[in-house]
Amino acid sequence: MTDAVLEIRNISKSFGALKASNNVSLTLRAGEIHALIGPNGAGKSTLIKQIAGNLRPDEGTVWFEGKNVTALNTVARARLGLGRTFQISSLAMDYTVLQNAVLGALGKRGKVFRFFSPVMKDKKLLAAANAALAQVGLEEFAHYRTSDLSHGQRRQLEVAVALTLAPKVFLMDEPMAGLGGEGSQRLMGFLDTLRQQAPILLVEHDMDAVFALADRISVLVYGSIIATGTADEIRNNPEVRAAYLGEEDAE
Amino acid sequence: MSLILIIEQTLNGIQFGVMLFLMAAGLTLIFGVMGVINLAHGSLYMIGAFAAAAVAGATGSFLLALAASLVVAAIAGALIELTVMRRLYDRDHLDQVLATFALILIFSEGTRWAFGSFPLFLDIPDALSGPITLPFGVQYPLYRLAIIGIGLVVALGLFALISRTRIGMQIRAGESDREMIGALGVNISVLYTLVFALGAALAGFAGALIGAIQSVQVGMGEPVLILAFVVVVIGGIGSIKGALVGALLVGLTDTLGRFLLPSFFGLFMEPSSAMSVGSSLSSMSIYILMAAVLLFKPTGLYGSA
Amino acid sequence: MQREQLINATTLLALLAVPLWAWYVDEPFTITLATKVAIFALAGVGLNLALGLGGLVSFGHAAFFGIGGYAMGILASHAQTYTPLASWPFLLEGTKSMPVIWLVAMVMSGLAALAVGALSLRTTGVYFIMITLAFGQMFFYFAISWPAYGGEDGLSIYVRNGFPGLNTLDPIQFFMLCYVLLAVVLFFFARLAKSPFGMALNAARQNDERVQTVGITPYRLRLVAFVISGAVTGLAGALFADLNRFVSPTMLSWQTSGEIMVFIILGGVGRLYGPVIGAGLFIMLEHFLGGLSEFWHVYLGVLLLLVVLFARGGLIGLLAGKEVAHD
Repeated sequence: MTDAVLEIRNISKSFGALKASNNVSLTLRAGEIHALIGPNGAGKSTLIKQIAGNLRPDEGTVWFEGKNVTALNTVARARLGLGRTFQISSLAMDYTVLQNAVLGALGKRGKVFRFFSPVMKDKKLLAAANAALAQVGLEEFAHYRTSDLSHGQRRQLEVAVALTLAPKVFLMDEPMAGLGGEGSQRLMGFLDTLRQQAPILLVEHDMDAVFALADRISVLVYGSIIATGTADEIRNNPEVRAAYLGEEDAE
Repeated sequence: MSLILIIEQTLNGIQFGVMLFLMAAGLTLIFGVMGVINLAHGSLYMIGAFAAAAVAGATGSFLLALAASLVVAAIAGALIELTVMRRLYDRDHLDQVLATFALILIFSEGTRWAFGSFPLFLDIPDALSGPITLPFGVQYPLYRLAIIGIGLVVALGLFALISRTRIGMQIRAGESDREMIGALGVNISVLYTLVFALGAALAGFAGALIGAIQSVQVGMGEPVLILAFVVVVIGGIGSIKGALVGALLVGLTDTLGRFLLPSFFGLFMEPSSAMSVGSSLSSMSIYILMAAVLLFKPTGLYGSA
Repeated sequence: MQREQLINATTLLALLAVPLWAWYVDEPFTITLATKVAIFALAGVGLNLALGLGGLVSFGHAAFFGIGGYAMGILASHAQTYTPLASWPFLLEGTKSMPVIWLVAMVMSGLAALAVGALSLRTTGVYFIMITLAFGQMFFYFAISWPAYGGEDGLSIYVRNGFPGLNTLDPIQFFMLCYVLLAVVLFFFARLAKSPFGMALNAARQNDERVQTVGITPYRLRLVAFVISGAVTGLAGALFADLNRFVSPTMLSWQTSGEIMVFIILGGVGRLYGPVIGAGLFIMLEHFLGGLSEFWHVYLGVLLLLVVLFARGGLIGLLAGKEVAHD
């Protein structure tokens, strides 16, 4: 337990009669990719929101580097080093790709209340932004308007902005969605090395990616985690097969 | 300060609140269903009052005048919806504000053009004129009491319309999920026009009722509109119940504030400065009430998050 | 982009050239009109920081305009009657000095914006519009019911306030003062829009969640923008009161809020020079249409409606084309 960077302890959250999170516990250790999988409606989004700080759990706590962050909001958690990407891209759409990345670098640096010097001429911020764009392979598109990007490119930009924050944990909600075969392969290769920088909690529907990348996998069904283990353990877990993988096969 | 005076002022506050409710109910319905903010709602109030005054002047019948206010305001509302508002549903709020602000300019100056700058007068019907004696020996104008009664009847009618009828079900569906009413097979554009016309009719009706107490003139609608906004903010957007509670709160706070605050400051200040401090503070009282609600419930008393 | 800069430069030059020409041919009324344009433009530029860059549709900016106006009126009226504003806890005298009045106007309207903004910015969307409108109305009614400074009748001052080294009663000199202030504010706002603060504020308008995710609190950005915006509009209010040597609750009315917004939409929302062009257009319409018909607001309403429905970029949008993204 000592090397857990992010830890969720016994989280429960209900909406009326619906138990979206039912006594969920989860750890993310340094250097690992921990995948969270589960059928639609299993409560993945609700869980992500509680980790990111959009939702307050009814019960249970969230710990970040040994600190209880349950009462902190999204901004505070981001400042502590939680780098998040969204399932549905959430970017400043009127800005260029580079501007979005610079915004991330600005958030990381702080000192936002500067009213006079042009931010897009700040060499340090530009360097950080360009480095992040290059890492995800968007450098050619730096001067495109974000709303002109394809869905896949927007996902890449989300990851790039998260990179500019130099986070201590990545929280990625379906980064592969909409990327296509080649794009997915590239991002997978990238995430594979990224885990050395900071561990990744990965919510993903692409099972090939999950089984190829994840050091550990947790399976969420009806708000409860029914199993956590390595790819092999999960693949061979009868309960998981029944509840989840069986459905995938049937598709 | 006598009990009689307090009862009288309380009734005045309720009457004011009931009138605000008629305005706020339309606003909150229109916002709840269509998601637009309509600044021209005050113009509909004015149009109702002018229609009533014109018809009363021509026929001498107060009932016909009231009917005219409902019909003319509803038609004006439907026309606004068909020509302007439906182009704004997908626009941002800034466009809605500016377009309906433009409508205010057009309606206000257009009315001034047609009727001149002098106020019109609408007489209280004979059957409702004069005071009535209430328990505790309170003398109270019958007409104001009638407004309270009419307002409460309209409120009940609205609750029934929304909770009991088919169109009410469609309105509720529209408030919670716009795609769903499409799926229910409801003709959305007809529903929108109807809701807008209904809101307009309520505003016009309020204008006619108040027109008989105050004068009927250009610019009468906007101060009431802004108070109705305060009501909606306090009650919560989209909630008829919130509109009723908010309207009564605002009506009572304003009326009793104007009545009680100067006397309150008179307890420890000299009369002239007590009067000025009291009246200045009471002119701000409802906004202070609104600020207090915002501090504790930013989405209003009955608003959903 | 180049084209918009050309339009901006032309606008600024035209606003200077017209009154200079009027001064040359001795037409003081035209100079007064140009002064009005400069002052309204300043009010609009102030509002546009909140509205255009920050996406905050404030319908209560007349409050700040009026507070600026009353700051002038109150200071000057005490100075001309030689009565102190307050004698306790320390002696506070009135003044006829413009720089002091401007400073007081900006501080007072900025403080009012801080109070209104702190509450209103807890909400968004339609709530925000209604609440700013309501708070604006609160200041209006307060001005009407507070008898000490003229109440409903307003407050006149006899002589325009002074500026060191200038004769402010000379129309062209007063115009130049207003013009320079407008130019200075435009310069600072151009810098501000590109600064870290401006970038984050603009991003928060586009996507609140995105800004939070990079660890910046949108509320603080918006509150600071709202205060700066209110202070600049307050400065315009002080100048406007000085132009008329009169201040009344009308300056605080909801119609005034609407008109300041109209300057922005006529010129182009989110464009730095939009309110300058819009204010110019507004004054021209008022002057020419107002000469044709007493009911010129009908035409203004129709024009405004057409702009909103069919020409959303305003005049600059029509002339310069759609805005393009650039770094």
